[in-house]
Amino acid sequence: MKLKIQYFALLKDQRGLDKETVDSEANTPESLYAELVAMHGFTLPQSALKVAVNDDFSSWGQALKEGDNVVFIPPVAGG
Amino acid sequence: MSDNATDSFLISSEPLQLEALKQHLLDAHAGALATFEGWVRNHNEGQAVEQLEYSSYPALANKEGQRIVEEAFQKFDIDAAIARHRVGLLPIGGIAVWVGVSAAHRGAAFDACRYIIEEIKGRVPIWKKEYYSSGATDWINCHQRA
Repeated sequence: MKLKIQYFALLKDQRGLDKETVDSEANTPESLYAELVAMHGFTLPQSALKVAVNDDFSSWGQALKEGDNVVFIPPVAGG
Repeated sequence: MSDNATDSFLISSEPLQLEALKQHLLDAHAGALATFEGWVRNHNEGQAVEQLEYSSYPALANKEGQRIVEEAFQKFDIDAAIARHRVGLLPIGGIAVWVGVSAAHRGAAFDACRYIIEEIKGRVPIWKKEYYSSGATDWINCHQRA
């Protein structure tokens, strides 16, 4: 299914893109991130990230559906 | 990005207008105003910093920031609260974040102000890239030198 991904901060630098649409077999954010790590060599482990689906925080095991917008959130550093 | 007085928290790509923000907190019931300003400093962990770049995931950052301010209203006896966080390139001395809380009494104003800034730092999807005098850069908290 097609999934939209937005990248921020270190992930954006490592991907060289701020967003893309992927055709993925992954049915959860956890398996999607594992796919992306294998493809792009992201250095942040899943344990350092949070994930958002359709602009709200989500669990790693949530079922993804066609057209979902997924964002992997690196450790935050506001202030 | 234009500022809207009805939003308790907003990401802003423009310099923060402190006097205008303070106007949102005026309340005849309030006897105290506590504010916090986060400034860009010229050093971090032993390295000389030249400037900072903040970026955010605005769709979620604004929601989460507004949730934090709502929580402050539930936890503390306050009259008004507002917070703003900058994104973009900021020079040394620039104001990166501003929190203001008015309340009948100073204790609740201080406590709520501190709660809001601590939660913003811990939860809101905002990232900080430091530009060092050496020419190197680093995304803070991402544990990787580039």
